[in-house]
Amino acid sequence: MAVTGILLVLFLIAHMLGNLKIFTGATSFDHYAHWLRELGAPLLPSAGFLWIQRVGLLTAVLLHIGAATILAMRARAARPVRYAHRKKVRGSYAARTMRWGGVIILLFVIYHILDLTTGTLNPVGDPSRPYANVVADFAPERWYVTAFYTLAVVALGFHLRHGVFSALRSLGQQTPGGEQRARLVALVFAVVLCAGYLLVPFAVLTGLVS
Amino acid sequence: MNLTLRIWRQSGPQDKGRMIKYQVDDVSPDMSFLEMLDVLNERLILGGEEPIAFDHDCREGICGMCGLMINGDAHGPQRGTTACQLHMRQFKDGDTIDIEPWRARAFPVIKDLVVNRNAFDTIIAAGGYVTAPTGSAPEAHSVPVAKADADAAFESAACIGCGACVAACPNGSGMLFTAAKVTQLSLLPQGQPERYTRVVDMVDAHDEAGFGGCTNAGECTVVCPKGIPLTTIGRLNRDYLAATTRHADTPGT
Repeated sequence: MAVTGILLVLFLIAHMLGNLKIFTGATSFDHYAHWLRELGAPLLPSAGFLWIQRVGLLTAVLLHIGAATILAMRARAARPVRYAHRKKVRGSYAARTMRWGGVIILLFVIYHILDLTTGTLNPVGDPSRPYANVVADFAPERWYVTAFYTLAVVALGFHLRHGVFSALRSLGQQTPGGEQRARLVALVFAVVLCAGYLLVPFAVLTGLVS
Repeated sequence: MNLTLRIWRQSGPQDKGRMIKYQVDDVSPDMSFLEMLDVLNERLILGGEEPIAFDHDCREGICGMCGLMINGDAHGPQRGTTACQLHMRQFKDGDTIDIEPWRARAFPVIKDLVVNRNAFDTIIAAGGYVTAPTGSAPEAHSVPVAKADADAAFESAACIGCGACVAACPNGSGMLFTAAKVTQLSLLPQGQPERYTRVVDMVDAHDEAGFGGCTNAGECTVVCPKGIPLTTIGRLNRDYLAATTRHADTPGT
């Protein structure tokens, strides 16, 4: 969980930084997207780096989901008779929503790839003009798309809030002071990532990027 | 005060079990929770009914025998307290209180509110011991122990093995118990010879007993009557990583 999660988090950071390039204008953003395809050339073929990354990420995602499924199945098996009086969440709310949050994020990622990678569900859907795709995607009349993005990103925030802390703990974080720092790092990281990802759709929605 | 209790009744391991409602009147706020159950049981016995079976021993919060899920809270609403040290002043007149046994596959119900916690003994038997001779008190200066290590080890050693961590865990995991029993030894010089085999063996025994996996949800430490911190699991994780990578599970390394 921790190792695959960290790989996915590294991608999330790079992806967020790339997204924020939209504020530098259409030419710069499209150039960045084009550069991603040519990264590693001439050693790698066109989009070669992207395919290496895709395979790596897909492996990490599948291992992550696999480990989560095993944990969920063990949890179900470990308590065959449920409590009549359901327990309140005493620990962390984020920790208790990891599984459903993960499902929301998975559904979102599938939609997101169909929307902005393949362009199937995008009103413009032109791979050579990513800036236009993004602007068309979050247009005010398509508010429901923005709403779904917001829901998914907030779910991601909760997932990271517990995930980052839990990964550090799984990898051996063991002091009380360190626990406080790990929780703080997880919270700040989740908030920054949420804000970074939500800036783009809301900038388009409010007309800041057009 | 007058209370309505809904208590899990199960005549034996094979019985399906159900919640039964009881009315208990004139409860003193100064009674302990178990004394309140005693009063109910006396009435049941006088009425020719089967009394409610529940575990208890020292009734002063140190033996780890008692354990009830009270309104969905392991050991009840008061933090850092076992069910026997919980007093009825924590409740209000007219309250309805749900009382259930610990729920875990590894803790099968024997009768009513009594569960079999042998799984904890199996985990201890898998490595919760030291091979250093402990016959007589050693000269205190002969084996120096850093104050911080002694404090952390003592914090873990406070575990009374009541099983509240398992009962509260959304995954039904016994990792806080296992971590406490691993770290109370691994932090001390006497625990070093088996340090890296102990952690692997005890986690294996934990998994085989049918407990769930830990997801660091932190529910366990909240209900723990002895306040074993969640960092204890971090210490177990670090030892486990070291054992499975550097030490490759070799005895004596």
